[in-house]
Amino acid sequence: MLGALLSGLVFGVGLVLSGMTQPAKVIAFLDVTGAWDPSLAFVMAGAIAVYAPVYHLLRKRTVFTALDTHVSEPIDARLVVGAVIFGAGWGLGGFCPGPGFTALGGGAPQAFVFVAAMLAGMCGYRLFQRSRPEQDGAFSIPPPAASVASAAGAQSLAASRNDCA
Amino acid sequence: MQHITVFSSTVGGLLIGLGSAGVLLAQRRVAGVSGIAGGLLAFRSGDMGWRALFLVGLVAGGVAGALLAPNQLSMSGTLSTPWLVASGLLVGFGSRLGGGCTSGHGVCGLGRLSKRSMIATPTFMLTAGVVVFVVRHLLGAH
Repeated sequence: MLGALLSGLVFGVGLVLSGMTQPAKVIAFLDVTGAWDPSLAFVMAGAIAVYAPVYHLLRKRTVFTALDTHVSEPIDARLVVGAVIFGAGWGLGGFCPGPGFTALGGGAPQAFVFVAAMLAGMCGYRLFQRSRPEQDGAFSIPPPAASVASAAGAQSLAASRNDCA
Repeated sequence: MQHITVFSSTVGGLLIGLGSAGVLLAQRRVAGVSGIAGGLLAFRSGDMGWRALFLVGLVAGGVAGALLAPNQLSMSGTLSTPWLVASGLLVGFGSRLGGGCTSGHGVCGLGRLSKRSMIATPTFMLTAGVVVFVVRHLLGAH
């Protein structure tokens, strides 16, 4: 639990330092036809440079069913349409979810407006999902073929499927 | 006009990677911020604490930033409230539908070589770029 708090703090400080909490900088990164500021590419590169080795080392040492979600995840319309909708919102406001929360710490009203609307959008997604259960690919994937998936493993898989990526 | 900030952006990125790895190690979960926040809205008992604490940490990082380097939290150039509301709604809905955002797909997903993230990340970046072009250049919104 303390680990989650510390991780959030380090993540948040990283967001501030990186420039992700300045919507103008995010817009400048996305504005390749204007005065393009490529800085934020370094953010992604730096983050992956730390995350990827930790993930792959951990995966080598332990069997984490919950981490292997990508094996059985479909590449479907939800993924692409969701990414398009998310990208449209990101380009419009210059905020994505992490920097939105971190910007709350600065007390700017824009951050509160954005985060409130974002949470409303997430609630909207829950309603949308509930309204069409037959389309619910997210929770109807079969358990992985590998026999390591115990009931608990399958459960954690289903739970983590609800998470990002 | 933004200054190119290779050093601070890289160091910030390393810290973001460290925070994501921390969630992986402490919770065995993928640190996608949209997934962590969205999961909180599901109100599943026993699955709330770490999510809430991670988000508190994110906000605390912002508080520290506001005290030490307020320019890093500059809101200059943000659009008016209706635009921000629209942007928040799209970000919230889209990130949940697509199963991830910049952190979940862009950092963790690419970091673990997820095929879904390799599709999602260029898709949202390209869309965001097109929207910036249309809104800022064609419509001239500020």
